[in-house]
Amino acid sequence: MSRRLPWGAMARMTGRRALAAVPVLLGVTLAVFAVAEASPFDPVKAYAGTAGLTASQDNLDQLRQNLGVDRPLLTRWWEWLGSAVTGDLGDSSVMRRPVADVITERLGWSVLLAATAFAVAIALGTLLGVLAGRRRGGLLDRTVSSLAYTLEAAPAFWLGLLAIWFFSLELGVLPAGGLTDTASDTVTPDQVARHLVLPALVLGLTQLPWFFLYVRQGVGDALDEDPVRGARARGLAERTVLTGHALRSGMLPMLTLIGSRVPEIITGALLVETVFSWPGIAAATVQAATAVDFPLLAALTVLATAAVLLGNLLSDLLYGLADPRVGFDG
Amino acid sequence: MAARTVRRATAATVTGALALATAACTNPGADTAGPAGPKDSAVVGIAYEPDTLSPLLGYGKDGNSKIFDGLLAFDADMKLKPALARELPHVSDGGRTYTYTLRDGVTFSDGAPFTAKDVVFTYRTILDPKTNNPSRTELDALDSVEAVGDDTVVFRLKYPYAAFAERTVHAIAPEHVAAKQDVNTGAFTTHPIGTGPYVLTGWSKGEKLTFKANPKYWNGAPAVKKFTMAIIKDDDVRATRLRAGDLDGAILPPNLAAGFADDKAKRTYTAKTYDYRTVTLPTHNPVAGDTAVRRALDIAVDRQTMVDKILDGAGKPAYGPVPTDSPWFAQGTERRHDLAGAQKILDEAGWKPGADGVRAKNGVRASFPLWYLSGDKLRQDHALAYASDARKAGIEIKTQAGTWEVIEPRMKTDAVLAGGGSPGDPDFDQYLLLKSTLAGDGFNNMAWYDNKAVDRALEDGRRTNDHAQRKAAYDTVQRELAENPGYTFLTHIDHLYVVNDSWDGLGTQVEPHDHGLAAGPWWNVETWKPKKNTGDTKK
Repeated sequence: MSRRLPWGAMARMTGRRALAAVPVLLGVTLAVFAVAEASPFDPVKAYAGTAGLTASQDNLDQLRQNLGVDRPLLTRWWEWLGSAVTGDLGDSSVMRRPVADVITERLGWSVLLAATAFAVAIALGTLLGVLAGRRRGGLLDRTVSSLAYTLEAAPAFWLGLLAIWFFSLELGVLPAGGLTDTASDTVTPDQVARHLVLPALVLGLTQLPWFFLYVRQGVGDALDEDPVRGARARGLAERTVLTGHALRSGMLPMLTLIGSRVPEIITGALLVETVFSWPGIAAATVQAATAVDFPLLAALTVLATAAVLLGNLLSDLLYGLADPRVGFDG
Repeated sequence: MAARTVRRATAATVTGALALATAACTNPGADTAGPAGPKDSAVVGIAYEPDTLSPLLGYGKDGNSKIFDGLLAFDADMKLKPALARELPHVSDGGRTYTYTLRDGVTFSDGAPFTAKDVVFTYRTILDPKTNNPSRTELDALDSVEAVGDDTVVFRLKYPYAAFAERTVHAIAPEHVAAKQDVNTGAFTTHPIGTGPYVLTGWSKGEKLTFKANPKYWNGAPAVKKFTMAIIKDDDVRATRLRAGDLDGAILPPNLAAGFADDKAKRTYTAKTYDYRTVTLPTHNPVAGDTAVRRALDIAVDRQTMVDKILDGAGKPAYGPVPTDSPWFAQGTERRHDLAGAQKILDEAGWKPGADGVRAKNGVRASFPLWYLSGDKLRQDHALAYASDARKAGIEIKTQAGTWEVIEPRMKTDAVLAGGGSPGDPDFDQYLLLKSTLAGDGFNNMAWYDNKAVDRALEDGRRTNDHAQRKAAYDTVQRELAENPGYTFLTHIDHLYVVNDSWDGLGTQVEPHDHGLAAGPWWNVETWKPKKNTGDTKK
């Protein structure tokens, strides 16, 4: 196992991917500006809110000019890009504060939620996958598999509402939303932990089927392969056969899965954060989109795109490490 | 779009879930919600969240901002009383100059003294075109503001404006903090510092605002030491959290408030409002612009049934923006529901019934579209009831749902189910709704109403401080509106609140259309006194 890692190859691949990411990110931000421009929502209306309903046209025109949304699309994009490169992400019109502040305040909560959800999905998915893969067609396998297919089809927000109904309203054991109790004005770890349970569980559950089904397939196939049959024939303990042989090759597809699930977890978080009033990045994305808040929307999209690209890179690196035949793309 | 869809789906599913939940268990936990001993903290659920907490961007423009004070404030009867000013303003120069003398010894919550400089800074910043304040129009009359010494402020107006004193309930920001920042995006917009009875301790956007009492408040430290406003957009979720004891009070629609009628530990408060629902009858629509059609619709509509069926009785018929119980209401302008009368008006004006029952005149079918905001159940119900009443008189109204982005470009010719209402001076609503020069100006005068007599009376009413003259002017406006109803006013809607019976001193003010932080029984939470009953162990 103590083989030297191919640092050089890995670094070259990372470098190549980073270069390729530049045009991708540029294209994505331009697309965001263009799509937001084409949307029927009016940024000035969104900014003024209810006050806009009694504001004079002069007042609204002045706002449009102040917010700078009356200028051509390409000009705005180029200006945004120019200042973003120097580290100035601009000001969010919907939050009434600098974009950088909004992101630093919220990013942590989203990462916490997504990481916990990933951990739940991977741990539970692997465990159930191994158990089901060992005896395919068994009772456990059949039950969990059909549940997994059902979960795969269930939208995240629906699961969220179901969880709120059951755990918060019926049983009253877990809070229905927010980061802390309503009456509390300080953020304490134990409160956050209790409020994290439902959203993380729901987000994790939406990802669970993929991990479960992959591991189950991988382990099941591996158990039928010659090396495993050989190991069994040599009288190795079932445990060793499972962890040392079957799981090792069965886990391979899962590595790619981790990377490719990143976009899914981001869109899942959009819904879950909204349902649970979780003060994260995803909830802000929804607000930014409906309010046509260009700077915030662009920054958040860049962040999401970067997360997806990083996820892909990570899974490719891991795959390359786990299976030298794959290598680090050329 | 996604947010809206999700919210609607959320609402639908939660409603379903809640129906089950409430049927399954009238939670025994509800009874344990009652507080033990005097309760010096309160948590209330509201449906609306402010966009900003900076007075410079419009927060606290109608007073009651908790964090800030205005020069003046409204009391329970909506009468002006001094706040940061020592007394009501001295009005001179034919209603063009307002002079305020400021209260001594008031400090901001950071300890800095409040002076005339802060007042001047606040108003000048709002008037600055570079400030992104969408409510600037409300201070349209203001020409200049200046400080004379530390304790006197003089406002000069462009024209005599009788309602100006009511605009000076506007929250005052501290110059020494806010002037050092970007007015539109600085930290002050989310971390405000004011002179008010409460200090903001946290604002988790979309979740809640938390306040603690300002122990040095000039009008006495509040007895409710901790105050939390939870932002819960969904009515059913708010009701459930109130029942579960998570909230001490909440705003609720009539049907949900009725569920708490038997709960002895809670009281329901009904606030009278200026919150109207109306149908705009655009002057540029050949049917809706016709005076005979307008008058026929005005009496064909059955307002009382709308109040009874749509509002569950929590409201009253409306004949104009001024509610019937306001002292400014022109007595005798109520319109009776009179379908036969409506038909007669149409017959005499030459609108003859066609084969399908819809009238026509000179080849023009008596038919026009009516838009309502999609997802707004209350407006939808009003629109459908209105269309059904109109159909009985032979006028076809095609109701359509849309967002404001869809509706706005059509407002010149299509009818809209609109809502609004600002309590206080009769100038506020009537000028914006009826003045012909404001036709098509943003969302003002959406019907493009154009009536010379009304225009003149509106100007007369705002340019004098003489009460009798003002009353006469606004009576004229309302009589003219009855003669040529360019809007069909339908209802004024009561706002209902359910609150734990743990405090003394609760009541409601007359409320506006937008019931934000300022409205509700907690408009005066700073003067609530915890009840010393229950006999439970004290904390």
